[in-house]
Amino acid sequence: MAEPLIEARSLVKRFDSFVAVDGIDIDVQPGEAFGFLGPNGAGKTSTMRMIGCVSPVSAGSLTIFGLDPRLDGRDIRSRIGVVPQMDQLDAELTVEENLIIYARYFDIKKGEARRRTSDLLDFVQLTEKAGDKVDHLSGGQKRRVSIARSLISEPELLLLDEPTTGLDPQARHVLWDRLYRLKERGATLVLTTHFMDEAEQLCDRLVVMDRGKIVAEGSPRSLISQYSTREVLEMRFGRDRNKEHLDEVEAVGERVEVLPDRLLVYAADGEGVLATLRERNVVPDSALVRRSSLEDVFLRLTGRSLAD
Amino acid sequence: MGTPAAFRVAYRDLLIYRRVWKANLAGALFQPLMYLLGIGLGVGALVDKAPDSASALGGVSYLAFYASAIMATTSMFTAGQEALWPMMDGFRWSNAYRAMISTPLEPTDVVTGVAVYFACKTAVGATGVAMALTLFDDTRSWGLVAAVPVAVLTGLAFALPLTAWTSTRDSDRSFPPIMRFILIPMFLFGGVFFPIEQLPDWLEPVAWAAPLWHGVELCRGIILDSIGPAKATLHLLVLIGFAGGGWVVCTQTFRRTLRP
Repeated sequence: MAEPLIEARSLVKRFDSFVAVDGIDIDVQPGEAFGFLGPNGAGKTSTMRMIGCVSPVSAGSLTIFGLDPRLDGRDIRSRIGVVPQMDQLDAELTVEENLIIYARYFDIKKGEARRRTSDLLDFVQLTEKAGDKVDHLSGGQKRRVSIARSLISEPELLLLDEPTTGLDPQARHVLWDRLYRLKERGATLVLTTHFMDEAEQLCDRLVVMDRGKIVAEGSPRSLISQYSTREVLEMRFGRDRNKEHLDEVEAVGERVEVLPDRLLVYAADGEGVLATLRERNVVPDSALVRRSSLEDVFLRLTGRSLAD
Repeated sequence: MGTPAAFRVAYRDLLIYRRVWKANLAGALFQPLMYLLGIGLGVGALVDKAPDSASALGGVSYLAFYASAIMATTSMFTAGQEALWPMMDGFRWSNAYRAMISTPLEPTDVVTGVAVYFACKTAVGATGVAMALTLFDDTRSWGLVAAVPVAVLTGLAFALPLTAWTSTRDSDRSFPPIMRFILIPMFLFGGVFFPIEQLPDWLEPVAWAAPLWHGVELCRGIILDSIGPAKATLHLLVLIGFAGGGWVVCTQTFRRTLRP
């Protein structure tokens, strides 16, 4: 295996007495799409900021491209593209100007910056918006400008902090499609998300973080098969009645989670479980069988849902 | 070698400024004209009638006395305001400075780049004032050319310490009081409208400590050719001290805020 692009050992980030990242180990290989999945406050952004060399490491070791952020921050940052959680665009400037000033930060010559800008706007499908002020763009379009901007230096590693948070479903799919293309071209992507579908779509491998620690690691499929069942039966019995049939449900399912509004029954064959329950006169107001997702993995690992 | 980092930072601000610089220059031309017509000529006509006014003003007309100070006050207000809300935008609202430091730029590059931009902007304003002052016999002199860089330095003596303050703030709540209780009093008591010797004795040292008085005295002395090299050097050193000290503090506060 090649030398890892990012290697962290017992990595810690403290803010005064608060421990945001509590001793994590990570290896990210070149060409990999690696994800940090976890709720808000899990330590994902703090980790990303340390990798991006904009936040000093409190303890432990971290290398990016085999370099030490404390000594070679400038060199590392020149090889990284960053898409921050909140867009950091200049609203008063045009889309094109936003890309060109950013290229100047990397000391890319203006002619070259213009050429790359036109290619990248084409890539994120915003060519016709090149002369528009960023202020006038939709949320999804601004996100795409941020992505184009992060690619202006032709980075070897792209860091995306919650790239689709706050976007409508259609805008998310457009963005996923663009990120998927980058992945196909061999880019190394590191992203954080609290959307399990996003992690499933984009990540080859991910770590689940909770309260500063890594609680599980693997590919989306292997995490699901390890921590969940193939299918999940979701049943609603109406308010306050979800617990009434708990004994009967537990007898047929592999595992049951009681949520405030519904019961989740983990089983290889969800329809089969539902049929058995109906035979035993356990009839929910509504029932739905779905495939297991990372949400279920997270619930299993932490006892909380990601949306909390 | 490529372009120095500070110029690449300033390029962003200048790109934004490019849209408004003509209005800024026009403002710098007309605003002092208004002040000069109102206070310089109006109040000046009364002041110059007083028997001992010329000696109190150092042997010049009130118009010349007041007009020559406007170089420094315009810079103070231009650069001072620039160091408040627009800086807050870079740190907290648009987060432009956070974007910069995720590239090869360092927080120190951002500080120097911002200073370059302040200098460019105050230079436009000071040039506008200098052009306005050429319209009056009492202030028309080659000293106006030399006063432009002094006005720029005066602007930096305000902008950099204020920028250091802004970089540590979460909100703009403190900005109106800064305008009201720091900039306006300096404007009123910093030797702009009358010599600070007219102040109560206990207040005079306060004016010495304020950067504006030094900027005003130096601009006035150069424009009216009424200052000796020793005094000029002293004023210059104080202004450099405020600007340089502000820069040093900024390098620390920028690092702390941008790289927690």
